[in-house]
Amino acid sequence: MLEYIKSYLGSNLTPGSAGNMLWAFVYIALIFLGLSVAVIAMNWLERKILAHMQVRLGPMRVGPHGLLQPVADALKLLLKEDIMPAEADKLVFWLAPLIVVLAAFAVFTVVPFGPTHAVTDMNIGILFMLGVSSLGVLGIVMAGWASNSHYPLIGALRSSAQMVSYEVAMGLAVVSAVLMTSMNAQGTGTLSMIGIVQAQQQQGVWFIFKFFPLGFMAMGIFAIAMVAETNRAPFDLPEAESELTAGFHTEYSGFRWSLFFLAEYSAMIAVSSIAVTLWLGGWLRPFPNLLGGPLWDLVFSLAPGLSFLALGAMAAFNTFRMPRHSFFRVQTVGLALFAVLLAMIGVLMLAPGVRERVQDIFWFCFKVAVFMYLYIWYRGTFPRYRFDQLMRVGWKVLLPAGLGVLILTAIVGVLV
Amino acid sequence: MNPVATPFFFYLLSTLAILGGVMVIVRRNAVHSAIALIVTLLSVAGLYLMLYAPFVAGVQIIVYAGGIMVLFLFVIMLVNIDRSMKERAFNKQWWIAIAAAVALGALFVSVFVKSKGLFPERGLPLAEESNTQQIGLYLYGNYMFAFEIASLLLLVAIIGAVVMAKKRI
Repeated sequence: MLEYIKSYLGSNLTPGSAGNMLWAFVYIALIFLGLSVAVIAMNWLERKILAHMQVRLGPMRVGPHGLLQPVADALKLLLKEDIMPAEADKLVFWLAPLIVVLAAFAVFTVVPFGPTHAVTDMNIGILFMLGVSSLGVLGIVMAGWASNSHYPLIGALRSSAQMVSYEVAMGLAVVSAVLMTSMNAQGTGTLSMIGIVQAQQQQGVWFIFKFFPLGFMAMGIFAIAMVAETNRAPFDLPEAESELTAGFHTEYSGFRWSLFFLAEYSAMIAVSSIAVTLWLGGWLRPFPNLLGGPLWDLVFSLAPGLSFLALGAMAAFNTFRMPRHSFFRVQTVGLALFAVLLAMIGVLMLAPGVRERVQDIFWFCFKVAVFMYLYIWYRGTFPRYRFDQLMRVGWKVLLPAGLGVLILTAIVGVLV
Repeated sequence: MNPVATPFFFYLLSTLAILGGVMVIVRRNAVHSAIALIVTLLSVAGLYLMLYAPFVAGVQIIVYAGGIMVLFLFVIMLVNIDRSMKERAFNKQWWIAIAAAVALGALFVSVFVKSKGLFPERGLPLAEESNTQQIGLYLYGNYMFAFEIASLLLLVAIIGAVVMAKKRI
């Protein structure tokens, strides 16, 4: 048994390709845990960042700076009455949130957090991700229809039309990136997520900078289409609150609604990690060519620990800024403990054995975090599109641009 | 590494596929039928995976389960389910259908019985690693012409649909 556990640690394969069930389960559990924490963090960050963009304070009451607000929300959702409309189609109503969550979480089996840090490496990885994440729309359509109510139905109709339209542009952008992986000595590309990042490592360039501006344009098209795919502002017509109350999940409450919420955020993380893998070099650290060498390797490997230490310092600084009043004593102590926890994680990540292993995961998560910030930024700044404008952008701008980029990539690839 | 293509998964997936297929035709509610069809399509994708054809499985999920079924549901949702559920099912040709089903079943059974002589003992070498590359080479190499004709056919169908649906373009 111990041998079985140890046998994986020595290999440099993903648990899936090593065929080690135990470690595959460990990875799945870790990813599930990490995703849940990320969704909780996103919930807080989104409110805070949006609030600060609009010169408000955002949540301030529950915990210091509202840090415990997501926990309070989760509790509220779990304790709420679970309502099912009388005329609803019971089975489909019950099934819809499950499908959305399954589709959103299943794609993480192939997301490469590092050369070995993925549950498994499929040789159709990117195809699997696009396919399974497109199953989420089925859940949305089913939710809208099963509610047997007007607003959800309109929301579901909009959602399905929108997703089908933007998937085309998204696919074309992805194909142009996959085409770039084939520009090696053998002339064969790959669809595997790990293979795509390794291709960028071999060619010594992130695909966003390859054949400038073609790679950049492809990523731009993907970055627009992925916002539409996840039904986020400015493409959040399926849940436009000014017109449709809450769109396809109007009739959902309590735990089922929280499943939709969870699925939305993990789908956002999933498509962001596709973008990071395809164009931003996945787990590779920035400037591997310009700032190469063992010294710079060391400097960059310190980044994860130092950033956690910085977060801890921020928390510590705010501990001292807490109001000196007996009402705030518990919160102050809690924040201080949080600062100590962050600092301890930071110190752990600075340790020589650990820092080489965690830096892949850190850079991947860092790049995904940038995309998540962009999502919040879009929501804070762009007004919502009208439906005909949405269709025009999808079919008349993104699709021709995607086709053009694909053809030009192929031509330049043949010429170079 | 142990192969995943065990008989257990084969029987599981084929049972799911058949159950889904039966549900498609027995449910009166069109949306339930569509969902059952999705189950069938996904289990067929699983069967493709067991045949070491990952690319076909991925495309099956993207095109059928993700694309076509969304359009199906899109159309079905606009139909008044209550009224269509009261309509009599138009299954007047059931005896032709049964004859066709029996004939097909007999074909399958005879192929299964004679399979020893029909098929080579050892199958083709499994090309799982380079499956996608092989398909790409065949599609854009040997079968380029047929592939282009098929895409042209689809284009004609799209133009025809637009012309029929829109009187004034």
